[in-house]
Amino acid sequence: MPEIQNFTMNFGPQHPAAHGVLRLVLEMDGEVITKADPHIGLLHRATEKLAESKPYNQSIGYMDRLDYVSMMCNEHAYVLAIEKLLGIEPPLRAQYIRVMFDELTRITNHLLWLGAHGLDIGAMTVFLYCFREREDIMDMYEAVSGARMHATYYRPGGVYRDLPECMPQYQKSRFRSKGDMRRINQARQGSLLDFIEDFTERFPGCVDEYEVLLTDNRIWKQRTVGIGVVTPERALQLGFSGPMLRGSGIEWDLRKKRPYAAYEQMDFDIPVGVNGDCYDRYLVRIEEMRQSNHIVRQCINWLRKNPGPVSLEDHKVTPPRREQMKSDMESLIHHFKYMTEGYGVPAGEVYAAIEHPKGEFGIYMISDGANKPFRVKIRAAGFAHLAALDEMVRGHMLADLVAIIGTQDIVFGEVDR
Amino acid sequence: MSELLTQLHAFWSALTTYWVSLPFGWQLTLKSLAGIVAIMLPLILTVAYLTLAERRIIGFMQVRMGPNRVGPWGLLQPFADVLKLVFKEVILPTNANRFLFIIAPVISISTAFAAWAVVPFSNGVLLSNANAGLLYILALTSFGVYGIILSGWASNSKYAFLGAMRSAAQMVSYEIAMGFALVGVLMASQSLNLNDIVLAQNGGFSHWFWLPLLPLFVIYFVSGVAETNRAPFDVAEGESEIVAGFHVEYSGTAFAAFFLAEYANMILISALAATLFWGGWLSPVQGWHFLEGTSLAFLMHTSFIWFAVKTCVFLYAFLWFRATFPRYRYDQIMRLGWKVFIPITILWLVLEGAAIVLKIPPWFA
Repeated sequence: MPEIQNFTMNFGPQHPAAHGVLRLVLEMDGEVITKADPHIGLLHRATEKLAESKPYNQSIGYMDRLDYVSMMCNEHAYVLAIEKLLGIEPPLRAQYIRVMFDELTRITNHLLWLGAHGLDIGAMTVFLYCFREREDIMDMYEAVSGARMHATYYRPGGVYRDLPECMPQYQKSRFRSKGDMRRINQARQGSLLDFIEDFTERFPGCVDEYEVLLTDNRIWKQRTVGIGVVTPERALQLGFSGPMLRGSGIEWDLRKKRPYAAYEQMDFDIPVGVNGDCYDRYLVRIEEMRQSNHIVRQCINWLRKNPGPVSLEDHKVTPPRREQMKSDMESLIHHFKYMTEGYGVPAGEVYAAIEHPKGEFGIYMISDGANKPFRVKIRAAGFAHLAALDEMVRGHMLADLVAIIGTQDIVFGEVDR
Repeated sequence: MSELLTQLHAFWSALTTYWVSLPFGWQLTLKSLAGIVAIMLPLILTVAYLTLAERRIIGFMQVRMGPNRVGPWGLLQPFADVLKLVFKEVILPTNANRFLFIIAPVISISTAFAAWAVVPFSNGVLLSNANAGLLYILALTSFGVYGIILSGWASNSKYAFLGAMRSAAQMVSYEIAMGFALVGVLMASQSLNLNDIVLAQNGGFSHWFWLPLLPLFVIYFVSGVAETNRAPFDVAEGESEIVAGFHVEYSGTAFAAFFLAEYANMILISALAATLFWGGWLSPVQGWHFLEGTSLAFLMHTSFIWFAVKTCVFLYAFLWFRATFPRYRYDQIMRLGWKVFIPITILWLVLEGAAIVLKIPPWFA
C-alpha cells in the first residue's frame, strides 16, 4: 500500500493566470494548497544597475517598463527623486499635468487589474469591457507623448511638452464605414483636454457597467468574500501598501498623508475596506477608479484656466527649445551637454515615494555628485505583496489561489525589476 | 429525356424488389443506418455552426467582432477550424496510458451522439421509439462523464488529473438533482418514452410541463449546464486555474472529439429541455382558435421547426451564461447541488405527487 502524500505542482510561468512570469511551486493536498513558494526573477532586467550606468535623465524610459501597466506613475517617482536631489520644483502646470496623468494611469492600471481579475475568476466579458476604456487612455498617452505605453513623458523639471491642441483621429479604412468613422472620431474633434473631459463624463457609467456584472453577482461574491483575508495588523507587518493595505481597513494613502505634486489641492476620498478579503479590495479599487476620475476632472478645470510653462527654463536640467538652438550658441551648448553628459546632481541621498496604483512605489537614490546615480533602489509594492502570497493562500483551494494572485495585482516588471 | 425517365423508373422498381427480397434483419439494419446518417450529418453541421454562433454571439456581447474573415461573415470558419485540427498531430504523452488516452475521447463523443437515438424531432420522427428513452438518455449522459474522467486519469498530468477529479465531484453532485428533475417529468407524463412525454403536454403553451414543474425545469437546465461542463460550471476545464483541465494533453483530432462532444451535449441538453418541459415539436399557440383563417394560422401547426426554435433558445442561454457569469469553485458547485438542488427537487416531487393524487387540472387531471 503506497503512502498517501501531498503532491507538488508547478504553477507557471506559462500558466494563463500567472500574470506574466510568476512561477509557483505548490504543495497540494488534493485541491487545497498547503504551501505556495513563489519563484521570481524570470523577468529580471537589472533596471537598478542599468540606471546606475546612465546619466540621470536617460533612465526615465526604464522606469516605464517596471510596472508596465502604470507607466507614468513609475516615471513620477523617479523624476521626483531627481528633483528632490537637485532641489528644484517643476512649474505648477506641470504638476497638475502630472497629477492628471497619474490618475489616468491609476485608471488604466485598475482597468487592467479588473479585467485580469475577472478573467481569472472566469468572468470573461469584464475584461473586454475594461479594455474598451483602457484603449482611450492609451490614446491619451499617445497624444501627449507619442507612445501608447512607454511614454517617458515626465522629465526632471516638468513634463516633455504641453498638452496638444488637437487629438489624432482615426483614418479612413475599407473596414470602417462613414458612420463608424464619425462615431469614433466624435470625441476627438477638440483638444486632448476635451477628449479627456469626454472620457471622464463617460467613465463613471462604464464603471457602473462593470459593477453590474460583478458587484452583486452571487458567484463573484462566493469567489471573493472571505478569500485571502489579511488582518490590518498583519497587513502592516507584511509591508503592504496601496489598495492591499486599504482593503484591510487602514486608511493610508501617500497622496493624502505625504502630498506630492498638486495633490494637496485635490478633493478626493480614500476608500477603505472592512474585512481585508478579495471582495473588499475589489470594492476599494472600484471606488478608487471613481475617485481618480473625480481628480482628473478637477485637473481639467484647473488646466483649462491656467496656461503657462510646463517645464523649467533652467537649461542645465531641461533641454532648450529647438528654435532657440538655431540662433543661440548658449542654447546649443546646453543642448549638447544635456543630451550627452547630462547633469551632475549634488551629492546626497533621497527617498521619493508616490502612491502608485499598486501601492507605495519609491525610489531611493544616492548621488556622489556625478552625472550618474551612485545607487538606485526601487521599492516596488508588488514585491512585498507577492512575498505574502504563501500566507494568503494557505488552506485555500487552487481556484482561490488564482483569485488571490488577481487581487494582489502583481506585475512582474516591478517585482523582478 | 423520356428514355432517361424510363431507365430511372426501371432502376427504382429493381431497387424496391431487391429491398423486399432482403431478410428483415438486413432491412432493419439498413433503415437504422440511414436514420443514423440522417441524424448525424445535420447534427455535426449544427455543432460546427454552433461554434461559430458562439464566437459571434459572445463577440457581440463583448463589443468585438468575432471571426468574420473566413468566407462571408465568417461562415467558413468552422471548416477552417476542422481542417486545422485534422492536420495536427495527435500527441501521445510518454507517460500516458495509451489505450485509455485514446479511448477517452471516443467514449465522450460516441455517448454524446448515441443519446440522440431517442430524441423525437417531430411526432414519431425518431430513430428508436424506445419505451425507456428517458432512462437511456440518463445512462448515456452519465456515461459520457467517464470520457472526461478517463482522459484526465490517462494523461498522467497533474493538471488533467485535477480536472478529472473535479469532474467526478461535479458528476456525483449533479446527476442526482438532474435525475430527480427528470423523475418529475415522468411522474407528470406517466411515461419514459420521449415521444409520449411530448404528447402528454399536448394542448398549448400553458399545458407544457414548464409551468407545473418550473423549479424542476430550472434545476434540470442548470444541471445540464454543469453536466456539459460549460461556464459557469466549467471547473473541469478551468481555463484560468488548471489551464485546460482534462484535455490539457490532447491535440488534433483527439481534442476535436472532446470539443465536438461538448457541443453535441449542449445541443442535446437544449433539445431535451425543449422536449421534456417545453412541449418539443408542439406549437405554443396550439388551440388559439382565433388565429384560424388569418395569415398566422400556420403558427398553430405542430412541426419540427418549433422543436428547432426551442432548442436554439436554450442554446443561446448557454452562450449567454458563458458571457455573463464568473466560474464557480468546485466545492461551491457541490454545495449548490447537494444543499440546494436536491432538497428542492425532493420537495417538488412530493408536491407534484400530491397534485397527481388530487388530480389538479389542467396538467394532472
